[in-house]
Amino acid sequence: MQIEVKSQMTGNVWKIVVGEGNEVEEDQEILILESMKMEIPVLSPEDGKVISLNVSEGDFISEGDVVAVIEEE
Amino acid sequence: MFSKVLVANRGAIAARIIRTLKKMDIATVAIYSEPDSELPYLKDADESYLLDGKTAIETYLNQQKILNIIQQSGVDAVHPGYGFLAENTSFVQKLEEINVTFIGPSSRYISLMSDKCDARELMNKSSLPVGKGSNVLTTDIEEMKREANEVGYPVLVKPSNGGGGIGMIPVYDDKHLPKAVEQAKTMAEKFFSDSSIYLEKYFEKPRHIEFQIVADTYGNVEHLFERDCSLQRRHQKIIEESPAPGIDVEEINELGAKIQQAIKDIGYDNIGTVEMLRSNKGEYSFLEMNTRLQVEHAVTEKITGLDLVETQVQSAGGMKLKDILPNLIERHGHSLEVRVYAEDPINFFPSPGNLSVYKFPDRDDVRIETGFKEGNTISSYYDPMIAKIIVHEETRKKSIEKMQEYLETVKIEGLKTNIPFLIYTLKSKEFQTGNVHTKLAEELAYRMKEEIKTNS
Repeated sequence: MQIEVKSQMTGNVWKIVVGEGNEVEEDQEILILESMKMEIPVLSPEDGKVISLNVSEGDFISEGDVVAVIEEE
Repeated sequence: MFSKVLVANRGAIAARIIRTLKKMDIATVAIYSEPDSELPYLKDADESYLLDGKTAIETYLNQQKILNIIQQSGVDAVHPGYGFLAENTSFVQKLEEINVTFIGPSSRYISLMSDKCDARELMNKSSLPVGKGSNVLTTDIEEMKREANEVGYPVLVKPSNGGGGIGMIPVYDDKHLPKAVEQAKTMAEKFFSDSSIYLEKYFEKPRHIEFQIVADTYGNVEHLFERDCSLQRRHQKIIEESPAPGIDVEEINELGAKIQQAIKDIGYDNIGTVEMLRSNKGEYSFLEMNTRLQVEHAVTEKITGLDLVETQVQSAGGMKLKDILPNLIERHGHSLEVRVYAEDPINFFPSPGNLSVYKFPDRDDVRIETGFKEGNTISSYYDPMIAKIIVHEETRKKSIEKMQEYLETVKIEGLKTNIPFLIYTLKSKEFQTGNVHTKLAEELAYRMKEEIKTNS
C-alpha cells in the first residue's frame, strides 16, 4: 500500500535526510522543515520504502502538502 | 544623553523601545525588511529605512546594511532589542570603532558570556554554583564517553557557543552519546557557525530561575530580583512570573546577593540576566548569562515600577546607578506574562499566516506588547512570537485569574495560536499550585491532546 506523507506545518524544506528508494522505519526522519527559527522533522508513518520525494531543499511548502510517498511492505 | 537612536530590531520589541525613547525625547530610527513594511512600529519611529531582502540573514542580521543606515541617519547610539544582533560581539566592536554607543554591555562582556564553557568557569571562580560540565569534546568517541562518565549520566549535550535550546540533547547512556553529539554538531554548525560541543550535568525536571541585573559603567551592580521562567516548550519560554512560587525569600536574597557580587567581580557594565537551573532538591546551577534586555523584562518592570529600557539607555549614556535607580529597590505584588505564539497549541508547530482578526481588548490592568495589527502577515522568516500579555496583581492567584479571564477575550483568526494551551496551563493544578518545571509544558500539552481525543 502506498502512503502519502503530509507536512504538518508551513515552512521551508531545510534538509532532506533520505533518498528515493531508501528503506525507512516508522518514525524515521524523512526530511527536516524550518519555519520561524524552528526545525521540525517530517517522520515516516510506517516501515517501508520511499518511492517518491516531492520536494527539494529550499522549497516553501504549506501545511497538508504531500512531501513524500512511502510504499508499505 | 543621546539625541538620536537606531533600533536594530522589528515588531513588538522595536515598538517597546521606541516608546521609551520618545518619552526620553530622543529621536528614533527604525529599520525593516521587505515582509515587514506594513508593521505598525514603523509609524512610531521618526525615520525608517528599508533593508532589502526577506530572510533574517539578508536583513536584521546583515551588519553591513545596518552599519550603512547608522552612518546615513547620523544616530549616536543603537539599541539592539533582543535576538538578531543583540549579542553579536563583532557588530558591537564595529560600533565601538565608529564611536556609536551600543545600548548594552561592552563587546568584551558579550564575548566573555557567549562561550558557555568560559562563562561557567568564570562564574565558578566567583563562587556561583555551577553543575558539573565537560571540556569541549573532541571527535574521539572513547574520550567522549570518558567525559560523559566523569560528569555522570544523565548528561546534556550542548553547543558551547549556542542559545535558545538549539542543539541541546539529553543523553542517558554511552550507547546514545555519539549520535547525539553528531546531531548537536550539525545544528551548532548551522545555527552558530561553531560546531564545538560540551556536556553538562542534566537536571531532570528543573526549574528555570533567573535574576535581572542592572549595572553602570562605573562598576556598580544591583539585582532586581528573580523571574521564574520554567514553563517552556523546546527550551523557549512561554510563561514567566515574579516572584517565583514557593521559594523562600531568604533563598532568593542569598542567591541574588551572590549573583550580584559575581557580576560586579567581572566589571559588567549594562543590564543583563543570569539564568540558573534549580533542581527539585533545591540545588542551583549556573546556566548562562544573557547580555541583553530579555523578552520577559516587563515582569520585572511591573514588580519594581522601573522602565528597564530607560535604565539601559541611562546606563549606556554614562549615568550612575545611584542616579538611575531609587534608593530603596522594593518589589510589589506578583506579575505574570504569557507569550502568544503563532503555532499549533498541541504540537507547537509554527503556524505562519495572515491576522485576519486580531483583537486585544483595551484594559488598564492588562499590558499588551505586540508588533502587529489586524491584517498584518506573520511570515515564516522570523520568530513565532506575536504578542506578550502582562498582568500585575497583589497575589499570584489573582494574576492567574486575571490572565485567564483576559485570554478568553482575545480574538485572533487567520492562523493558529497557543492561546488554548496557555489557558489550559493556567487552569492546571500543577501551575496553580506552583509545581512548575521545565518539562511541565510538554506534559500538559500531551495531556491536553489526550483529553481532546477522549472528548471528540
